[in-house]
Amino acid sequence: MGVSCHGAGKRVKTRFDEPTGYFVIDKRVRNIEAALEGIKDGAVILLGGFGVVGQPQELLGGLLHHDARDLTIVSNNAGFGSPSLPLLFATGRVAKLICSFPRPAPPPFEELYRSGKIALEIVPQGTLAERIRAAGCGIPAFYTPTAAGTELARGKETREFKGRTYVMEHALHADVALIQAWRADRWGNLIYRGTGRNFNPVMAMAADLTIVQTRHLAELGELDPETVVTPGIFVDRVVQIDSPDPPQA
Amino acid sequence: MKPLNRSEMAARVAGDIPEGWYVNLGLGLPTLIPDYIPKDREVVFHSENGVLGMGPVPPKHEIDTWLINATKQNITLLKGASLFHHADSFGMIRGGHIDLCVLGAYEVAQNGDIANWSTSQNDVIPAVGGAMDLSAGAKRLWALMEHTTKDGLSRIVERCSYPLTAAGVVKRVYTNLAVLDVTPRGFEVVDLAPGMTFEALQSLTSAQLSRSE
Repeated sequence: MGVSCHGAGKRVKTRFDEPTGYFVIDKRVRNIEAALEGIKDGAVILLGGFGVVGQPQELLGGLLHHDARDLTIVSNNAGFGSPSLPLLFATGRVAKLICSFPRPAPPPFEELYRSGKIALEIVPQGTLAERIRAAGCGIPAFYTPTAAGTELARGKETREFKGRTYVMEHALHADVALIQAWRADRWGNLIYRGTGRNFNPVMAMAADLTIVQTRHLAELGELDPETVVTPGIFVDRVVQIDSPDPPQA
Repeated sequence: MKPLNRSEMAARVAGDIPEGWYVNLGLGLPTLIPDYIPKDREVVFHSENGVLGMGPVPPKHEIDTWLINATKQNITLLKGASLFHHADSFGMIRGGHIDLCVLGAYEVAQNGDIANWSTSQNDVIPAVGGAMDLSAGAKRLWALMEHTTKDGLSRIVERCSYPLTAAGVVKRVYTNLAVLDVTPRGFEVVDLAPGMTFEALQSLTSAQLSRSE
């Protein structure tokens, strides 16, 4: 498998295909270790999922054995119901959590937060989604009515449009996105399952390195273009994992 | 006088939701509302994590664990349901496409301010979820709440003492004692619980009330 460079930015993974004699795009990687390769200290990591549904559990598990530290995790929740996220907090390698609803928080997070060992930035859920979407769409900041006149707008620039106050919010770009899909092909086209979609499609757009764990791999052409949710352009690596269904709520 | 119980409060709100509305329900009391929507009325429930056409909690053997609501309970999808990602879901909210949001609240003030996300106690981890987006974005915001605290203090106030979720957005409040409209002149009493009088309600309410015309 070769890695070649196209243009100044994204590295697109290609491989020589013996039968055809062509170089083809192939974003699949062998295992979790290969999927997580190159995550650096200080990385900002977007973590898909709402609760545990759509949270890439095995990639997160792989991060436990990784050596990158001083991480910032962006996640809707602080590990409620999650087997892996509380363990990641417990390693002490997460410096900051950007989150909309860190309650109820499993013990490691709560203890770290109370003792001041982890920073917490609370962001309204829709603002969080939009900041991530904006980053993926090349929009550096935007105005939203959400949080106007509240504590969460303190110190932020505001502006009036048609007599209503709006708060300026900045795009939230990341180094890495960890995504869970239901089906994926070697180009990185993705389809999700149920409410496992949640933050995953916008997070996939907003990182320098988008890593996907998928339950099923599809042959190229097998995914109906009408139903692809995340086009492969946003995806860098795909690893197939026989992950279990989310537990009963 | 007998205050409404939780089911009666939910039923009182449900009776006021017209056919065809797209509705988002907050955590707690509001989640009881769908049980009381008359069967002959099509109301579409939205869940912030990417569902329109949310149906009830299924029996255990029919659970699909990939389907959850904002409270992270397993749910069902009704015929006509759709799934979408978070930015679209909150686009629906912020863009004014949701006809009604019903939220629980600690306090509602006579100018329509709502406080429902933080009580500022240092020992609690702050958490806002979608409450600020829903309050600021839905076409109408109704609050469904107990009229007083356990200690008998009014939650219907002149000015919120807890941190605001949004300013000037509540249109109507349903409590166990009354239904109040928030108007430019403050709270107007629309309905009273059986046996409740205007005077008795006022004595339990720190904000000034007026009678509906």
